[in-house]
Amino acid sequence: MNYVIIGNSAAAIGTVAGIREFDSTGNITIISDEKYHTYSRPLISYWLEGRVSEKNMMYRPADFYEKNGVTPVLGRKVTKIDPQKKCVVLEDGLQVQYDKLMVATGSKPFVPPMNGLENVHYHTFMDFDSAKAIKSEVKDGMKVLIIGAGLIGLKAAEALAANGAKITVVDMADRILPSILDNRAGVKMQKYIESHGVKFILGTSAEEFTERTARLKNGVSVDFDMLIVAVGVRPNTELVADAGGKVDRGIITDMTQKTSLDDVYAAGDCTVSYDASSDTNRILALLPNAYMQGEVAGRNMAGREFRYVNAIPMNAIGFFGLHIISAGSYDGEEYVEETENTYKKLVFRENRLVGYILIGDVKRAGIYTSMIKERIDLGDVDIELLKEKPQMMMFGKARRLEKLGGITK
Amino acid sequence: MKKVYVNEDWCLACHLCEFYCAAANSGADSMIKAFRDGKKPVPRIQVEEGSEVNFAVQCRHCDEHPCVKGCIAGALSVSDEGVVSCDENKCVGCGTCILSCPYGCIVPDEEAHVIRKCDLCVKNHNGAPACVEGCPNNAIVFEER
Repeated sequence: MNYVIIGNSAAAIGTVAGIREFDSTGNITIISDEKYHTYSRPLISYWLEGRVSEKNMMYRPADFYEKNGVTPVLGRKVTKIDPQKKCVVLEDGLQVQYDKLMVATGSKPFVPPMNGLENVHYHTFMDFDSAKAIKSEVKDGMKVLIIGAGLIGLKAAEALAANGAKITVVDMADRILPSILDNRAGVKMQKYIESHGVKFILGTSAEEFTERTARLKNGVSVDFDMLIVAVGVRPNTELVADAGGKVDRGIITDMTQKTSLDDVYAAGDCTVSYDASSDTNRILALLPNAYMQGEVAGRNMAGREFRYVNAIPMNAIGFFGLHIISAGSYDGEEYVEETENTYKKLVFRENRLVGYILIGDVKRAGIYTSMIKERIDLGDVDIELLKEKPQMMMFGKARRLEKLGGITK
Repeated sequence: MKKVYVNEDWCLACHLCEFYCAAANSGADSMIKAFRDGKKPVPRIQVEEGSEVNFAVQCRHCDEHPCVKGCIAGALSVSDEGVVSCDENKCVGCGTCILSCPYGCIVPDEEAHVIRKCDLCVKNHNGAPACVEGCPNNAIVFEER
């Protein structure tokens, strides 16, 4: 059996794990246009900050490919999937045959058209090479303008602040981190990040760029020595679309992670997922989701039958030492507690916990996450204990025995 | 695989397991040295106290191990025997495992910017779960189920 995986990040590694659970001998080839041993994309900000060494960027040990019987083909780009001939074609013309193919191509930075941007040197912040390019240019006291106050823009801001840069963040939205926070939490995080020297200009966007200046639509001009565009990301869907596979905003798969093409699977940031917390199909560009989708796909590629269910949006992230954990949907009845340094929002719908945001005190948040994923009915749950903090005490004895005692009736 | 289980009818909520755990994983060879000079090593076991029952909670070393699958740094791994452990040199303390653990068993160490978790004392000098040895009421056991 020949397994071919396009991509070399979390979804690809999950696929290898899934395949090897059931097939210890089939050939696995990983093809990636990046030259690196599998590394952690989310760690690029930690590396830029100086908290993680290049060696510790490795997502799996150095002997991972060897131990798992994987042939890595690195630094070479796949340009075409031929589903009739069942092969992928590389840019140098090499054809690699597959029996089962995984498309784990991730996403790419989205750079919207902006006046004058084509004449300006700018960075995106997505992969190790982009982080290295920034690192090679950043200097103490440098003025950095970041377009985009989402997860990527603000992780870049934190890392560059540690390099001594003076940072201004501009976003069209009137609040920061809209993908994971509500208004109130956004304001709280904004104040906190501002207290670490980052300046925000919100509710406006760039009218025009000249070499070292951005003129904003609100009339303000911002000078910069370095420009970073972190507006968003877009799934890499072209290979599957060009091969005739079904693609929407991302690659469409069924619950087994199979695409509409025979023997072609997809996982991770390039796909559309079913969000069980909001009952909608959406892009869930999250590392845990990527790995687990890959794992399910791998098992299925090896001839088993698994389904990937219970995917929800979820995030754990911190800025300047203040932690945020959030999950699920924020559409429902709210319970909110706020202190100077903490924020807790629980969202209920149909007698279930469907979402939450925790800032500051994030301890044991996974208990809440599991309640969302497992759609636990609150009939057997002590609501006061639930609101107080995540704790196993809120459940009835039967669930505790099952979860903690390893005893099921 | 042998795991640590708690009997909630027997737990006295004395919290001794937390101290034995913290000391065993502190690198010090005694309880006194572990807590000397105001040091506060973080326990990987936590006692929940209720109005009727109490119990200790620590890593279930579960088959699903969503912490390992979700770890952004590749710091968490599961051994061939099934023990889930953390390479604290690789951990960046992002908290994705805290977000993922359905039992709330992964503990942040705010000072060290890493997480701490139970590895059944396989890596420390104790060699066997210190919480079990230290429990005065046999409320925590180490056994196959």
